[in-house]
Amino acid sequence: MANRRDVQQALNNRLELVKAGFTRRDLIKMGLMTGAGVLIPKVGLTHAFGASLHDSSGCDLGNSPQPAQVFVDPMPIPPELPARPLTDPGLTFGAPPQICPNNAPNPNNGNLPFEGRGQFNGLLVQGSDCFQFFNSYPPQKYFVERIRANPNFRITSDTNIPAQLIWGFNLGGTVATDVGTFPGPTIVSHYQEPWLIRRFNELPTQSQNGGFGVPEMSTHLHNFHSAPESDGGPCRWFFRGQYFDYYFTAQQAGFASTHQPNGDINESLSTMWYHDHRIDHTAENTYKGLEGFHLIFNQFDTGNEATGFHLPTYPTYDIPIILNDKLLDPSTGKICFDTFNFKGLLGDVQLANGIVQPFLNVNKRRYRFRVLNGGPSRFYELFLTDPLSPSTVIPFWVIANDGNLLPTPLQVTSFRIGVAERYDIIIDFNQVKSLIGSHTAVRLENRLEQDDGQGPKCNIFAGGDPYGKYCVEFRIGASVADGSVDPASHPVFYQLPAVVAPRITRNFEFDRSNGQWVINDRFANCNELRFTVTQNSAENWVLINPRSDWQHPIHIHLEEHQILSRINNSGRYSSRDSRFSSRGDCPFGGGGAGISTTRAGVPNVEVSRKDVTQLQFDENATLFFRFRDFQGDWPMHCHNTVHEDHAMMLLFQVQPNVIDNNQNP
Amino acid sequence: METMTRRKLLAAAGVTTAVAGTTSVFAQEPTPASTHHYNFKAISPRELIQKRHLPNVELITQDGKKVRFYDDLVKDRRVVIQFMFARCEEVCPVITHHLAEVQKMLKGRVGRDIFFYSITLSPEEDTPRDLKAFARMHGADWTFLTGKPDDILHLRKSLGFFYNNPKEDADRNNHSGMILVGTEPLTRWAMCQGGANPDWIATVIRTEADAPLQGSVNGITQADPAVHLNEPLNRAAPAVHVHRE
Repeated sequence: MANRRDVQQALNNRLELVKAGFTRRDLIKMGLMTGAGVLIPKVGLTHAFGASLHDSSGCDLGNSPQPAQVFVDPMPIPPELPARPLTDPGLTFGAPPQICPNNAPNPNNGNLPFEGRGQFNGLLVQGSDCFQFFNSYPPQKYFVERIRANPNFRITSDTNIPAQLIWGFNLGGTVATDVGTFPGPTIVSHYQEPWLIRRFNELPTQSQNGGFGVPEMSTHLHNFHSAPESDGGPCRWFFRGQYFDYYFTAQQAGFASTHQPNGDINESLSTMWYHDHRIDHTAENTYKGLEGFHLIFNQFDTGNEATGFHLPTYPTYDIPIILNDKLLDPSTGKICFDTFNFKGLLGDVQLANGIVQPFLNVNKRRYRFRVLNGGPSRFYELFLTDPLSPSTVIPFWVIANDGNLLPTPLQVTSFRIGVAERYDIIIDFNQVKSLIGSHTAVRLENRLEQDDGQGPKCNIFAGGDPYGKYCVEFRIGASVADGSVDPASHPVFYQLPAVVAPRITRNFEFDRSNGQWVINDRFANCNELRFTVTQNSAENWVLINPRSDWQHPIHIHLEEHQILSRINNSGRYSSRDSRFSSRGDCPFGGGGAGISTTRAGVPNVEVSRKDVTQLQFDENATLFFRFRDFQGDWPMHCHNTVHEDHAMMLLFQVQPNVIDNNQNP
Repeated sequence: METMTRRKLLAAAGVTTAVAGTTSVFAQEPTPASTHHYNFKAISPRELIQKRHLPNVELITQDGKKVRFYDDLVKDRRVVIQFMFARCEEVCPVITHHLAEVQKMLKGRVGRDIFFYSITLSPEEDTPRDLKAFARMHGADWTFLTGKPDDILHLRKSLGFFYNNPKEDADRNNHSGMILVGTEPLTRWAMCQGGANPDWIATVIRTEADAPLQGSVNGITQADPAVHLNEPLNRAAPAVHVHRE
């Protein structure tokens, strides 16, 4: 550490420079940003957003108070949610879980129905939302979560930063000490073991929200192959005091169609997450803390390195990491969220598993990390960096994209991750140690330049650059036994499901219009199902970004897709206008694993099943889908949650024997 | 700013010695503990929103009455706020027409427990009389507002109606499609889209108003911020099944 006087001097210098109003460009020009760059942390001077309004007192990038020290707190690993017997008070409340919603009025809750399932946008729709396939695959495992406020949540051990009010999922208990946490408990389930989770909305009233968040809940299980009644979509939210049963068949896609009765093994998922999805309010509610991991194992991806694909054993060597960038209010030190920002929100306080820049002690062996971008708006390009030798190139392996194991591991030096995407990576700390010599720690570092909620710049910083951001420090300890598969031996996981000729190709243009976001010039609307897909058919969807200054991570519910091509569409769309700033053409290069030779413009790490596709500048991305097994309605939306809340969403439905040939719905 | 040398800059900023300890933390990390002097205040979230987003600028209604934006229009109220200009030929007439439809769908609540405000983007040219004529032409029975151009600009930006790109920001049509829906005393704010189906706009406004009043945990319900208006709020009527063809 620097001695106290040097540090004090550095701070004084910084404050003076800030007061003097010098810009980042000025400082770089003056050579003040060279060397260790300690003088000015990135957050101090890069503010470029809403410039004319900006002052140092707002909830805005560059203003957050920072904890005194980082990499002093251990990274927490969320606890696993316990399964509960049907005799649990949570599961006997109102009525035990049943195929159709328990819409009986609850006299203790203003006669609202006990259960929120069966409501659509807050209104009861009698006879709706009974579970599909409930009797074919009856639940074998039950869980409970209670969504609660927690006013004593700490993002750092530094007591200069106050305790935070968050909303979170608890472990399912009734006692007051079982508080909501962030991230929520990790839910672990297994294929062919159908499960049901009952969630209670026990949030405080609207006026107790701490400035943002609405206490109407819909919990989406991001990327499971789910029926609408259990999907936790945007329009199926429930009120305070209600519960909502979510039931899952635990079968792979195709279980009732192409691959009866258990589905296609090559459609197996592994790393999922759950989060609030309340229409118009998802960004603030997830920002409030309503996010958690859900992992699912099967006979190959077993969670035990002695069996199946021999992937590192859960939970000791298989660790989920959710990344979030937050803002703290300079007036109060509390996490703040600007509900009057419609463009996307960037934070300058970097969290991993809810803690500001934590460390994790690891052994000298292979680990599986499941990295999730928990939003709200930032894109990351993540590298491993030796902070004492930032130019050292440290390769690692990508084994899964959006939680889907690749056909075989790919070696990379970085990966690009948009909001809601997941990358499962293997880091072999034995090999890392051999690259960093006497040093003992490496850090997961975001090197992607991004100054606003629109999307990243094309620039990737050098390792250790003061404008990058370290996320987690891995401290490498002793060697221990490692029974996990060596990715360098090219183990084979699942094959990609076959791509067949689509019944129809549909086009979707994602654009900005009148200050909001649109898909094919229309806005989100719970009461409008835009088009109908024929059940058990295949379609191609072309996602179009006509803009050179926005990027959107697009998420589609129900089934996964494969990206068939990524084509630069420069100049083809009228909304591309030379008057507007262009950020150039800078597609994700694949992080060192190269671009596919068979799928135009698609990085090899994206030759996989996906549930989120980042739509880059001026790009057409063509996706292949099947729509199997379930009937009903699902959304497609931008997962920059601020864009999502400002209407970049549509609902489609899947029905048998309906032919809808609208190519631009 | 004028071109400066590094030396001049350092002098101007009062920097005299080396800027960093040699073994110090990296710039990706914050400054160490001994340098922190945070004086956090116990200021409520509602106050912060008021201070940052709801300026108390003076506005003039279509009837020529002077009002204060926060004190008279927003404080303690459920509000629906939208920007327009009287000579607008593209977006505004459609939005205003939609809002007039919405006003009917809300069955007398507008002006009672939900307040609509249309604020001009052209305060230089829109007089109260112009706004009154515009409102009458579109069957809009709510408050239209103009004011000093600087105040309107400040208000527009405070409410989030702006683009980073100056050319895009200068296009008034880019600000006339959004509808801000808020319940000020409950720190609840949302946006809906003026170009959407009026039925959906009405649904969003009604839901924003009524949803927080429903449900209770441990017997605690949200008090109705409009209760002083002495009229019970109607719960929304049961909807028809939405999965219609």
